[in-house]
Amino acid sequence: MPTEVKTKIPEVLEQEQAGILADWMKEQVAATTVRPDLLKEGELRAQSGRFLELLRSAARGNNLMDIQGPTWAPLREMLGELSRSRAIQGFTSSETATFVLSFKQPLFTRLRQSHDDLDGLAEDLWRATALLDKLGLYTTEAFIKSREDIIGRQQKEMFELSSPVVELWQGILGLPIIGTLDSKRTQLVMETLLERIAQTQAEFAIIDITGVPTVDTETAQNLLKTINATRLMGAECIVSGVRPQIAQTMVHLGVNLAGVITKSTLAGALAVAFKQRALAVKPVSSAGSTG
Amino acid sequence: MDRIPILHMGDFLLVTIQVDMYDKLATALQDNICRRIAETQACGVLIDISALDTVDSYIARVIGDIAQMSRVLDAETVLVGMRPSVAITLVEMGVALTGIRTALNAKRGMALLSAAAGARADAASGEV
Repeated sequence: MPTEVKTKIPEVLEQEQAGILADWMKEQVAATTVRPDLLKEGELRAQSGRFLELLRSAARGNNLMDIQGPTWAPLREMLGELSRSRAIQGFTSSETATFVLSFKQPLFTRLRQSHDDLDGLAEDLWRATALLDKLGLYTTEAFIKSREDIIGRQQKEMFELSSPVVELWQGILGLPIIGTLDSKRTQLVMETLLERIAQTQAEFAIIDITGVPTVDTETAQNLLKTINATRLMGAECIVSGVRPQIAQTMVHLGVNLAGVITKSTLAGALAVAFKQRALAVKPVSSAGSTG
Repeated sequence: MDRIPILHMGDFLLVTIQVDMYDKLATALQDNICRRIAETQACGVLIDISALDTVDSYIARVIGDIAQMSRVLDAETVLVGMRPSVAITLVEMGVALTGIRTALNAKRGMALLSAAAGARADAASGEV
């Protein structure tokens, strides 16, 4: 087993820190994966120096196989932070992982110089490879996680942006829906709409689905839920913007929209609401003559 | 035991639920409303639930039942002031409360009952 042979990695890191850093920097600057447009060389040098420093102190524990252990915590934290900042700066995942993997070359060179027996060298090279691969994978995971966090946040923001409730007229609310209505979104849409109805005491809510690309059974069901909830609160719901193919799909799916006022355009829906509230729109110039 | 007051105003009964509903209270309310409609010959019942934070499926069913019973006793029921969270919960539970009228607040609810009463009076005078 490799653990039986004494490793020289901590020793090499300890003694040759400055030399390894210089070689590594040379390597990184020459590589195609470095992005001078996104990251300054000075910054890269600082990050590399810090990585090497933390790696050196973690390797002192002589536990090179288990990077989840407490001695590796500072290094893990540093790599996590680095991946996050690189994800935000716009690096790709392989560019980020290469930061760690490119460290192999200078380390291997030094290991070769310090070993005189072949067996010991082979063992140490294997250990170094395994360790750096693990660290590289950890970096990639952290990178992907930060990307996912960014995507999640953007999705949330998009949700909030895409469900505005507007007051079209006193007592008439408009809710233009753009994009697919999944259950999560329906929940948000329903909550916003009902809160606004409670707040403004509006009698009519016009849900405009012009921006909904397709309607499946789930979407239709969610739409019906919103309409029913609005009714329970004591307001009337009008659905507008129903396109011909959506009407066909709804009927084919067997969605029962009986008792729901549907109009093809928002203007039509507004006219219905006006009529029920006994309001009328008249042209200004002829207002006097027509009375 | 708590008792939910039923006010008699003009032709209508006014029920404002201010306390949290539990099952026994709901059935007692159902009894009382039916009795009062018969006694007062009221032609409308307004139930205000704006103070209720939660309505479970049983309470919702009782309210639906009250509406149907009132109709049999020749009175309209209107449910007013349901909170958004309550509406969402009921819809998620699949309770649609069809056959019950709703209004946003007590004022609108009264207007609705008055209109229904007016229509009924017109129909009655037309028949004679």
